[in-house]
Amino acid sequence: MRYLPLTPAERAEMLEVVGAASVDDLFVDVPPQALLPGPVPGLPRHASEMAVERHMGALAAQNLSAGEAPFFLGAGAYRHHIPASVDHLIQRGEFLTAYTPYQPEIAQGTLQVLFEFQTQVARLFGTDVANASMYDGSTACWEAIAMAGRVTKRNRAVLSGGLHPHYSATATTMARFTGDRLDVRLPELDADPDDAALIAALDDETSCLVVQYPDVLGRIPDLPAIAEAAHARSALLVVVVTEPVALGLIEAPGKLGADIVVGEGQGLSVGLQFGGPYLGLFGCREKYVRQMPGRLCGQTVDADGRRGFVLTLTTREQHIRREKATSNICTNSGLCALAFSIHMTLLGGEGLARLARINHSLACRTAEALARVPGVRVINRSWFNEFTIELPRDAREVVRELSEYGVLGGVSLGRLYPGSSELSNGLLVTATEMTTEADIHALCAVLQELLVDSHEGSPT
Amino acid sequence: MTTYYTQDHEWISVDGATGTVGITDYAQGQLGDITFVELPEEGATLSKGDAPCVVDSVKAASDVYSPVSGTVAEVNEALADAPELVNTDAEEGGWLFRLTLSDPAELASLMDRAAYDAFVQGL
Repeated sequence: MRYLPLTPAERAEMLEVVGAASVDDLFVDVPPQALLPGPVPGLPRHASEMAVERHMGALAAQNLSAGEAPFFLGAGAYRHHIPASVDHLIQRGEFLTAYTPYQPEIAQGTLQVLFEFQTQVARLFGTDVANASMYDGSTACWEAIAMAGRVTKRNRAVLSGGLHPHYSATATTMARFTGDRLDVRLPELDADPDDAALIAALDDETSCLVVQYPDVLGRIPDLPAIAEAAHARSALLVVVVTEPVALGLIEAPGKLGADIVVGEGQGLSVGLQFGGPYLGLFGCREKYVRQMPGRLCGQTVDADGRRGFVLTLTTREQHIRREKATSNICTNSGLCALAFSIHMTLLGGEGLARLARINHSLACRTAEALARVPGVRVINRSWFNEFTIELPRDAREVVRELSEYGVLGGVSLGRLYPGSSELSNGLLVTATEMTTEADIHALCAVLQELLVDSHEGSPT
Repeated sequence: MTTYYTQDHEWISVDGATGTVGITDYAQGQLGDITFVELPEEGATLSKGDAPCVVDSVKAASDVYSPVSGTVAEVNEALADAPELVNTDAEEGGWLFRLTLSDPAELASLMDRAAYDAFVQGL
């Protein structure tokens, strides 16, 4: 059997049929600015597998990766301990089915996992229902905004300054094509999020308020007050959770008045993975279930009365309802959802609460130690495992210098909000159960060293 | 009271300035078991051809188009708990919403029963 079916003669025959002189002729419509002018300089024509491995290994060795250094980065992607049993279990043959069920009812095992996943997400979020997952937190956030528009028949959404800027950016991209109006805000380096300003932005055209909990600076917004204000204007409250472990310690948003709760499940399911694939979580009140995007798995009985699982409400999905579908997402992050479910099952409710307490306590230890470093000011009044500090100079530079000392010190706000000079001295610091006393000591010692000059030089 | 029909299989039964709208028995038969009806809001202003209402069945989620222009005066609340009324009694108890007509002249463009029956025969 030949694996390369096209002979030069066959190619010539096909080109003749379509009326092209050469294969390159098929690409004449590509605009010149998108074309490479010629061979990439310095790129060898070929190399052996061993040589490529050696080369790539040397490049990779230049990275300072999360597992090799004291690591305090968060901002929507969290380094947690995912037990080896999770990786082992997700690879079992029983789970090696289609990533999303196209002919669903023959894959009862997949459907059962999704059903249990939905139950876990709904309990974690405190919502009546949850779907079978979405791509990631940011796309789930946009889907919630679009859904609020369908429910309220309004198209202006107010995005809190505490919403992760990458989530706002995703929504802004989507809104370019749907005509939704987004009121996007910046955070301020204050002890508490500015809930009053958010509430003041509500009007009778507003479909929803979008609030991150804890917010991007790690602070805890007052959800009941925000929910009450939103509902008084017949707007919905969308709550975004980028760190699901937090819900082991703080009250579920659905219990505090949120109508739609979305989030990023990465922290409990998969590693950092250079930013993806991640896991979008989505839950809402039952009365809005028909406007909920994505796949939904339900439990039923078969003709003999035995328990079985089905995909339900699929008539609202795009493969049936085309442009009037609830969403263009008809899929789910099956493997990441499976990892999430297995890890949640291993943890149990008490395990999650204990994990959350460890995270919070190590974050408190980190904050206390940092507060003693001259020149460092802890911004937050409240936090879970992530908080913001203000440095006496540009945090981007400090992060770069810390990395030269082998410490990954956090995410600078200058990186999240380029061009926003009021925020440029802000640094987001995260501690998880992976953080050790030695890590905290290393961070504070190097930071103190780096800040000596700038602190002594300042009038305060 | 006169009843008119559309090519999209809605009926409207007109009494003075009020029209009651539903889907035809033929339409419910094509859709199969109805599981949910999304009704318009009372007071909503509709133009002829707007789709204020969605009927979900086990096979599809289908828009219902307003046969004429008007304001929604009442919706059939009974469908919230018993959407199957649209299957069992499509052209009476399974009505969807009532309209106060804003342009009764639009009725002239609709079909009568005989014309609708002939239209369905031809499908």
